[in-house]
Amino acid sequence: MASSRLHLQGGRRISDHVAVTLLGLSVVLIVAILAVIVGNIVVNGFSSVTWEFVSQAPREGLTAGGIFPAIVGTAALVLLMTIAAVPLGVATAVYLHEYTPAEGLRLAWSRYKTSKGRPGRSKLFLRFLSALLATVTRSAVANLAGVPSIVFGLFGLGFFIQFVGRNIDRATQPPGELMWGQGSLLWAALTLALLTLPTVIVATEEALRTVPQDQREASLALGATQWETIRRIVLPGSVSGILTGAILGISRGAGEVAPILFTGAAYYLPHLPRAVTDQFMHLGYHVLILSTQSPDVEATKPLLYGTVFVLLMLTFLLNLTGVIIRTRTRSRLKA
Amino acid sequence: MTRFQLTTGKRERRRLRTNSFMTALFSVAGWVAILFITLIFAFTFKETLPIFTDPEVQKEANFHAFFFKAVEGPTITDRYIWQPTSDVPKVSLIPIILGTLKSTFVGLLFACPLGVAAALFSSEFAPVKLREIVKPVIELLAGIPSVVLGFFALIVLATWFQQVFGFTYRLNAYNAGVALGIALIPIIFTISEDGLAAVPRAYREASFALGASRFQTAWKVVMPAAAPAIFASFVLAFGRAIGETMILLMAGGNAAITSFALTDPLRTLSATIAAELGEVVVGSAHYASLFFMGTLLFVITFISNTAGQLVIKRMQTRMQGEKA
Repeated sequence: MASSRLHLQGGRRISDHVAVTLLGLSVVLIVAILAVIVGNIVVNGFSSVTWEFVSQAPREGLTAGGIFPAIVGTAALVLLMTIAAVPLGVATAVYLHEYTPAEGLRLAWSRYKTSKGRPGRSKLFLRFLSALLATVTRSAVANLAGVPSIVFGLFGLGFFIQFVGRNIDRATQPPGELMWGQGSLLWAALTLALLTLPTVIVATEEALRTVPQDQREASLALGATQWETIRRIVLPGSVSGILTGAILGISRGAGEVAPILFTGAAYYLPHLPRAVTDQFMHLGYHVLILSTQSPDVEATKPLLYGTVFVLLMLTFLLNLTGVIIRTRTRSRLKA
Repeated sequence: MTRFQLTTGKRERRRLRTNSFMTALFSVAGWVAILFITLIFAFTFKETLPIFTDPEVQKEANFHAFFFKAVEGPTITDRYIWQPTSDVPKVSLIPIILGTLKSTFVGLLFACPLGVAAALFSSEFAPVKLREIVKPVIELLAGIPSVVLGFFALIVLATWFQQVFGFTYRLNAYNAGVALGIALIPIIFTISEDGLAAVPRAYREASFALGASRFQTAWKVVMPAAAPAIFASFVLAFGRAIGETMILLMAGGNAAITSFALTDPLRTLSATIAAELGEVVVGSAHYASLFFMGTLLFVITFISNTAGQLVIKRMQTRMQGEKA
């Protein structure tokens, strides 16, 4: 008996080891995939990135020159997107976390239901409505995060350009003239802002949750209004978390191409965008153009790799900044 | 709060006014999120509407033409055709839906086992030091823009695959699916790992106490307990795979062919929108058809995401209940 059990355990141990090794290999494989992709791009792209490359416009049908207009276009786009998405996202999260009832939908409803005949019942009902709004908003936001980016592109075209833009033109421009009713930096930035909004909202709400309730109560007890409490206590306490969410959202927006395909990205422009109604060149879109529509694939390869390298570094740097800020905050919270 | 305010000086009144103003401002922000999700659906659907209402558009693009209508031909490839701009427009969505399903299938087949295995290893076996490497790696992977993955699949991966497997077509469902899978791994890993980590310690301790090994515990106790989360991660990855655009646009081969072979080039719903919307006449049947695809994507992802979120939430509630 004893020996057979030992034997069983021995067999089990070996198959265990094999299984765990296999699981470990999957991690190794994932790390290897990342290493191969990044390695390939760095090795082939790094040598293309010269001062000329980042400071000049493309020449000779995109087979020579640099990517300066694409860098400027991407930067302008990301900046406009940030201005639109971050304040709105933070405000929505503050509303959800600070202004809606903390007890949740079910409790709010049962409190209202059991309050029959007591004074202040209408207030409880309003509280329930507010909780309902919060629940609906939260699930709307969660769903917005999963909507495919190409659908945002369709929306940008259908809503911002065809609806808002064309109507502004109808009101302000001579007939037949298009100024707002076509793809532009502004419409592309707003489309991307919608795409990044969920990331910002979710991250900000998470950051607000880390501020202890006692601090809010102490502030209110000292006579501060709710807004004063938010401005002096809640926001300063959660700023790094909000920053992380904002940066991660921006980084996602910076790399997206599908939403800007029809809302303002241009194949090639001889000049930099001068107004928000101008079209623009974009690093990601440039990658798409160079890799799918190049007349001479071999000749454009160094430029293509260089562009991918710059785009990848841009998003990685943004990501890294976000992750570092978060790690620091977490370790500070633990201490 | 205002009821307890005793002083009513000028400064106090200003403070209270600012407070009510900010309350209003934040409430408006809360509404804007809902407003936009409604608008997104409304406007994508509004441009689709002619398919249901405009007889002129309906002549060319209607439900029957999208899903059932076939032309004469010896094979299914000849029968279901997407050629919206030819003299006799053919708008069968069958080749495109098939292409979407093929790439999604390969992508999930590649990413699901890999993502779950890595999550299980990271949550149950990895030393803390290793875990601290795995998480940033996954985050970097998630941070790669999809246009870069598309580029990699188109320029590098397709050549490697062709050399190794001898595919007739450089761009096919394997190539596109694997690239898509790379984008899905972070989703599956993150959600599965969260689910595994949420399994109460007591489960593991009970299993160890009964004499199970670490692997047996992980495989037969922890993983089944986290099954809803793992399932949810697959559902959410499916939603992402269906809607992913740039990877499929670049690495799919851009050919709307009705074919079940994974070695043929393909065209997905998202890639069709991306490739054709730039040149389409606004308001035409073709235009409405592209928006119809957008609506289809929206509805599918909406359902899969809602289902995924629901499963995660349920599991969280249950696990919290058991921990208490």
